Amino acid sequence: MVTLTKRLPHHQIWMKHLNSKKQPALSIKNLTKVYDDSFQALKGIDLDVAQGDFFALLGPNGAGKSTTIGIICSLVRKTSGSVTIFGHDIDEDFSTAKQYVGVVPQEFNFNQFEKPIDILVAQAGYFGIVAKVALERAEKYLKQLGLWERRNDLSRNLSGGMKRRLMIARALIHEPRLLVLDEPTAGVDIELRRSMWEFLKEINQQGTTIILTTHYLEEAESLCRNIAIIDHGTIVKNTSIKALLKQLNRETFIFDTRQELSSCPVITDYPVTLVDSHSIEIEVLKTQSINEVFVALSDQNIDVISMRNKSNRLEELFFDMVEKNLSAKTVGQNDE
Amino acid sequence: MNNYQKWVAFDTILRRELRRFMRIWPQTLLPPVITIILYFVIFGQLIGARIGTMSGLPYIQFVAPGLIMMSVITNSYSNVVSSFFGSKFQRNIEELLVSPTPNWIILLGYVAGGMCRGLGVGAIVTVLSLYFADFSIHSLPITIAIVLMTSLMFSLAGLINAIFAASFDDISIIPTFVLTPLTYLGGVFYSIDLLSDFWRNLSMINPVLYMVNAFRYGIAGITDINIFWSFGMVGLFSMVLFFSALRLLENGSRLRS
Repeated sequence: MVTLTKRLPHHQIWMKHLNSKKQPALSIKNLTKVYDDSFQALKGIDLDVAQGDFFALLGPNGAGKSTTIGIICSLVRKTSGSVTIFGHDIDEDFSTAKQYVGVVPQEFNFNQFEKPIDILVAQAGYFGIVAKVALERAEKYLKQLGLWERRNDLSRNLSGGMKRRLMIARALIHEPRLLVLDEPTAGVDIELRRSMWEFLKEINQQGTTIILTTHYLEEAESLCRNIAIIDHGTIVKNTSIKALLKQLNRETFIFDTRQELSSCPVITDYPVTLVDSHSIEIEVLKTQSINEVFVALSDQNIDVISMRNKSNRLEELFFDMVEKNLSAKTVGQNDE
Repeated sequence: MNNYQKWVAFDTILRRELRRFMRIWPQTLLPPVITIILYFVIFGQLIGARIGTMSGLPYIQFVAPGLIMMSVITNSYSNVVSSFFGSKFQRNIEELLVSPTPNWIILLGYVAGGMCRGLGVGAIVTVLSLYFADFSIHSLPITIAIVLMTSLMFSLAGLINAIFAASFDDISIIPTFVLTPLTYLGGVFYSIDLLSDFWRNLSMINPVLYMVNAFRYGIAGITDINIFWSFGMVGLFSMVLFFSALRLLENGSRLRS
């Protein structure tokens, strides 16, 4: 009996630990949002994001991405449905749920007249973190994001890229388990974008679950493991990036040629388009071989000096799905 | 969030507020001091010398408590309204809204910031007034209690104004068209005994009248109205404003989509 009473708490703790491991980082059930002007931004979406995932939420402008993120971090009031973060409902246990989330919004939303160091320490304070710890963390994240030298400048004097990094540092100051980024690299130059990707990958490898919305589909393809595509307030696809890319049955390549092309070369079974006098576009199905294209071009004495994808592979799928969704809706409306 | 974390959050909001108005002291602390000095010079020394006495007091001693209270009212109100609306306008209020800080802590933090500025300017004006008028404190507890309650009440009113405001015009309309008339007609410069019955009765619905009179009682020992009524009215107004402000924050009105 004594043994049992001693073991029970350990058992419960272990079960709790196991359950907490199983729980998704984010679970959204039948979430709807109707704004005051009657616009229905979300039409009952369901979404689960596993712990430790790097998840992309894609969709065209006005699809419902920012509304979803707004509800997760309680800046937008949901109409119905439920949102739980690591098993904590945002309505019933908002204090714990909020402790787990860090958010980087699309637009700058810090006081432009404050110093980066003050912004970070204040944000930590709102999460109940004392100034001493907050200062240590602020130093850590400002250094990691290359802002330490500018910590005492007014925030409005920072460049656009620095402001974005400041918002990332602010979102991390309370060390959340779930980091939500709403187009974090919008307007950021390529070099900085790459360094931000590396930083986010590192954060993710350390165990932070990351949800990302982006317009740069290349970003989603190179960072994320799983993806949901949202359009007109509904999830039209929710799968892994690998599984999604497998669905791609055709790719378009651009071949740059050494010779000047006076006419468009013809290759049997491969549609070819002349782009300009030194480049052609060729569509290749997954069932076909690109070697055949090289052989055919070589037979026509055309030297290829370089070759590249016409567009990002994910981009092609994305447009395909959004267009399908749109045409399905149009057919539905016509039927009505 | 445990109680200690709540205290840290409150302390953070308050420190941020203090830092804000201290950083821009030429806009927040200096103008009210200059304005009040001008009031003392013009109404106290130049015109006041010709007026003689009011309710048995030299005019400058009569207006001094009202002028101190006026500076407390306007500064408590304007600190909260401009700070909170500024946070809404720049959207950095979202830093608080995404945090687990309870709404009542947000409310108390901003209100405490407003009270610090209101009481700070009030203290500066009180020290300055000693240069223009001689007065002793009739009742320190009453003086302190009424000035704290007044500052609290107008800080709460400023917060409600800021929550409703959608533009900078909205945060200047209330101070210009409501607060200033209420203050000027609230017995700062005259005793309501001078008014006809109609205007006297109308003045009784002005909350500023109760505050100014209770404060004047605390300093000079004279009042136009019963000070228990004054405390009752200020307490009632403060409670209504507190719960209204809290409800607005809980609903997320004009703060969350």
